[in-house]
Amino acid sequence: MADATTNTFPTTQRRARKRIKSSAVVMTLYLLFLLLPIYWLLNMSLKTNTEILNSFTLFPRDLTFANYATILTDPAWYMGYVNSLIYVTMNTVISLAVALPAAYAFSRYHFMGDKHLFFWLLTNRMAPPAVFALPFFQLYSSVGLFDTHIAVALAHCLFNVPLAVWILEGFMRGVPKEIDETAYLDGYGFGRFFVKIFMPLIASGIGVAAFFCFMFSWVELLLSRTLTTVDAKPIAAIMTRTQGASGIDWGVLAAAGILTIVPGALVIYFVRNYIAKGFALGRV
Amino acid sequence: MEKTVNQKAWFLVLPVLLLVAFSAVIPLMTVVNYSVQDTFGNNQFFWAGLEWFSEMLESERMWDALGRQLMFSGIILAIEVPLGIFVALNMPKSGFWSSFCLVMMSLPLLIPWNVVGTIWQIFGRVDIGLLGYTLDALGINYNYTQDTLAAWVTIVVMDVWHWTSLVALLAFAGLKSIPDAYYQAAKIDQASRWKVFRFIELPKMMGVLMIAILLRFMDSFMIYTEPFVVTGGGPGNATTLLSIDLVKMALGQFDLGPAAAFSLMYFLVILLISWVFYTVMTNLEKREG
Repeated sequence: MADATTNTFPTTQRRARKRIKSSAVVMTLYLLFLLLPIYWLLNMSLKTNTEILNSFTLFPRDLTFANYATILTDPAWYMGYVNSLIYVTMNTVISLAVALPAAYAFSRYHFMGDKHLFFWLLTNRMAPPAVFALPFFQLYSSVGLFDTHIAVALAHCLFNVPLAVWILEGFMRGVPKEIDETAYLDGYGFGRFFVKIFMPLIASGIGVAAFFCFMFSWVELLLSRTLTTVDAKPIAAIMTRTQGASGIDWGVLAAAGILTIVPGALVIYFVRNYIAKGFALGRV
Repeated sequence: MEKTVNQKAWFLVLPVLLLVAFSAVIPLMTVVNYSVQDTFGNNQFFWAGLEWFSEMLESERMWDALGRQLMFSGIILAIEVPLGIFVALNMPKSGFWSSFCLVMMSLPLLIPWNVVGTIWQIFGRVDIGLLGYTLDALGINYNYTQDTLAAWVTIVVMDVWHWTSLVALLAFAGLKSIPDAYYQAAKIDQASRWKVFRFIELPKMMGVLMIAILLRFMDSFMIYTEPFVVTGGGPGNATTLLSIDLVKMALGQFDLGPAAAFSLMYFLVILLISWVFYTVMTNLEKREG
């Protein structure tokens, strides 16, 4: 018996070390697969068009930032980023403002039709944007909101409000109900309790919900393109401009692409531990 | 947590209700409206009954698109779910490298969908893309704008690249919630690696995995931008998935009646699946207590 334990211990340890090594190989290969296409875009964005088209190089020989300069100095280009940021921010604020009280209600109370309502919200997250593209176009045209930021922000509420409600409800369930009751006994009204005590308690949840609203509004193109022509046109739709008479301006297209990745890449570090929870609609 | 009955909670839900009603119910009513009417232009509409529905149900175009859509969703699920679990099992459990992997893996998830398309459109080009160039140099005939198989391989690989991390992240979250005691017990029983996976890790991951599978199914079922940017639905109609076909019909040709009927049937399919999703999920939650 004693022999058996002394024998198995080193082998399992050795096996564990081997497994760690093989898993490092797997992860390296997977990350390489993920990063290679992005690297290629970055690589192209730093090349001149002559280099892109005439010679095949794995890294820019003739390093240039001209493609980025083109975008950042031309209002027709950089206003696309501004437009995107405006409607994305509006959408995030609206979504959170309406979702916070609703998520509180769902996490604390039973009321008539609550289960059906919760499910109905979910179905909107699952609604194909293609189904809504045409009716949105007509709805916002008829109320005179076509080609405005608020139109896109409201349209994106279709899938972001349900998402925010679900994520926030997941976080709020983790806060013990005794806290609410104590606060009410201490004479707090609902509004003051919610803002002063409850919201700080679920601050991370609010951050995660905000991140996901921001993200899904940022990556969506079909609706934002359908609802805008000039004044509120998002960057993603402006990218098609690179198709000029003399062919496609590959360098500028690549640079524009890289610039759309930046906002997500900047904030992702802060939500890395909650990202699974967000994608699972707050259910992990 | 014990919930109390409180009908006044409706007031807290009211803003959400109004907002979502404005952005979901009104547009949906427009669709219903179009689906039962016909027009000769000039904004004059007349009642057409269920004509469009029966026309769409008989049209080969819709069934073909549905077939392609089911094939696409089936293929990407068959690849992404096992691959995602495999990646999650190999992820470092804690420390710097764990965070590093989490951040790097999330990166494709945050790229705007048309940029995802653009990335792969460039990457696969024989003249300027790394993938296309390499395949060409190896003597493989690869051209995703001409060849059906190449187009399919490109959009499937693109989707695997884009979304496998989602499955992996969820599976990883499930794995992390398994207490150490389970593994220690397995070690005492001298359970093999496979048995640990089959009887400890897989059952414990089931809940999140269900979410991952169904999310991937829905999102792949309504995919539009990425394949549209890469192939435009071509060559021919080879990669025209449901959403691409619908947008072509509604915004391209302005065939409002058929497009509306198409939309409603499309949405009903998704509703049905959502309902299954919701039921399975709530049952799993109940069982876990």
